[in-house]
Amino acid sequence: MSENAEEANDPLVEETEAERSRSAAARLFDIRRVIGGLFVAYGLVVGVVGIFDGPAEIDKAQGVRINLWAGLAMLAFGLLFLLWQWLRPAEPPESTGDRG
Amino acid sequence: MGDGGGLRLSMNALDYGILALYFVTVLGVGFAARRAIRTSVDFFLSGRSLPAWVTGLAFVSANLGALEIIGMAANGAQYGMMTVHYYWIGAVPAMVFLGIVMMPFYYGSKVRSVPEYLRLRFNRPTHLLNALSFAVAQVLIAGVNLYALALVMQALLGWPLWIAIIVGAAIVLAYITIGGLSGAIYNEVLQFFVILAGLIPITVIGLVKVGGVGGLMDAVRGSKLGEAGLHAWQGTGTTDNPLGAHWIGIVFGLGFVLSFGYWTTNFAEVQRALSARNMSAARRTPIIAAYPKLVIPAVTVIPGLIALVTVKGLGAESGDLVYNNAIPLLMRDLLPNGVLGVAVTGLLASFMAGMAANVSGFNTVFTYDIWQAYVRRDRSDEYYLRIGRYATVGGVVVGIGTAFIAAGFSNIMNYIQALFSLFNAPLFATFIIGMLWRRMSAVAGFWSLLLGTLAALATYLLYKGGVIHFNSDLEESFWGAGIAFVTAAVVALVLTPLTAPKRDDELRGLVYGMGGVDLKGDVLAGDTAWYRSPVLLGGIALVLAALLYLPVF
Repeated sequence: MSENAEEANDPLVEETEAERSRSAAARLFDIRRVIGGLFVAYGLVVGVVGIFDGPAEIDKAQGVRINLWAGLAMLAFGLLFLLWQWLRPAEPPESTGDRG
Repeated sequence: MGDGGGLRLSMNALDYGILALYFVTVLGVGFAARRAIRTSVDFFLSGRSLPAWVTGLAFVSANLGALEIIGMAANGAQYGMMTVHYYWIGAVPAMVFLGIVMMPFYYGSKVRSVPEYLRLRFNRPTHLLNALSFAVAQVLIAGVNLYALALVMQALLGWPLWIAIIVGAAIVLAYITIGGLSGAIYNEVLQFFVILAGLIPITVIGLVKVGGVGGLMDAVRGSKLGEAGLHAWQGTGTTDNPLGAHWIGIVFGLGFVLSFGYWTTNFAEVQRALSARNMSAARRTPIIAAYPKLVIPAVTVIPGLIALVTVKGLGAESGDLVYNNAIPLLMRDLLPNGVLGVAVTGLLASFMAGMAANVSGFNTVFTYDIWQAYVRRDRSDEYYLRIGRYATVGGVVVGIGTAFIAAGFSNIMNYIQALFSLFNAPLFATFIIGMLWRRMSAVAGFWSLLLGTLAALATYLLYKGGVIHFNSDLEESFWGAGIAFVTAAVVALVLTPLTAPKRDDELRGLVYGMGGVDLKGDVLAGDTAWYRSPVLLGGIALVLAALLYLPVF
């Protein structure tokens, strides 16, 4: 029951494992940037539309200025994601083992 | 308001702009993920490099297809609060179990798919049986998803069926062929947030309309559901409740056999966890997913109830006022242009993500478990990467074909879904016994899986043929799953003593108590923090699920 033992041997699994040294996965971009960007764009568009909403739109939404509120919420959400990415950039995949 | 009056939404240029921006982003994500693909593991499992929050949200998203959202809102309108069983007892415990108990064997053994686990634990016949049934199921279900997408597009936007089928399929095909699983997973995470951005305004405006939560409860009491629509457990001592289910059926049928079968052995789900960057992240994947799962009923079941009390005549047998149209009807009645575009985008996003999960599961199993294991062995890694891209194209083409067949015979889609749900319960029995009982033999594994599946199929056919009687399709699914589970377990118990066991060294890392599983393997700095402990996070999720039941007991 040693802790560092390797798993059951299988040629197919090991073949693919061996190829992992060539992996390009570290080049994958950070999805937080895309989520942040899309929601900032949606927030701005929907929010600005919300500023100019007329009585027809507001009545349909039961008196709630939903475009304005939804726009502001999406804008804040998008900015939060961008802020998160800025404050805590992706951890490099190499770092291992140290308990901190 | 509130009459039938067609489902067409009054989309304007702004709404279409919002939709178009989403499509462009989705394709952009696919193209941008391409540079991170060099090996087959990069393509099929994102190079096992993703952080837990990404794989966790993708895990919940892969299940959050539009059929799920529309269906759960419909259930909310039809059965009321009992619908939350599908989330709190029918999903969360199984997700926590997957993370804590099963993931060490899946991730630790470095298997590349769920069927591959069966090959290592049992033998090649067991593996081939499961790989083939999974691959066929995934392309057919992808087709069903595609057809459902086209139906909604036709009703809401007036697009012809075939255009919607081709456009939906082409976008999914593009971002998976190019970006691989990373493209699929990243888009699932994005889609998760877009769906919420679409559903939350519907829920908020709906609640304002009915006078808040108190107003909604009063209105439900006055509806055809009555007081029973507000309770999840009351009245389950008999089957005299909206769902027609006894608590024993809910706990063991839905909460145990059906849900564990789906969540713990469905590769389209487990694949997300296998792409996590280390053991800790893989174990946390389904557990992180359990948290959104706890609160999603707020934006599906609640809108269902709102539709029930605000849309006159909802619950018709056919036409525009069927329960399945609960969410689209609320979109039509309550959302002005702007948020309407976001809601339509969310709905389309969830259709595509549902299909993408099927396709990315299919291409992996086809390549590693069918092509590499049985057709062309010992080729280069680049070769299998290329096969994976061809398999993606092939899978989508078969999906399109299935969608057109479903368009011709619309009740085919119900049969396909019912049929493939039959495979889950016996598969779970074979897995869980094989994982926890080292003596279980390879021969027992094969026959337990085959006979369990046949038992489920026989129950289903006898029910459909009118030979045996159940109160509802739901009751049949509880019983069918239970019978399949018991059959698989009994076959395993009877055959194992009669057949040769596997050698101990073959079972290392695959079976409980055999060693070879390193829970602390390749930890990153910070993964050892107490708040990232899978057991703690899982325990909290279970407690929350129990607490959430209290107000709707």
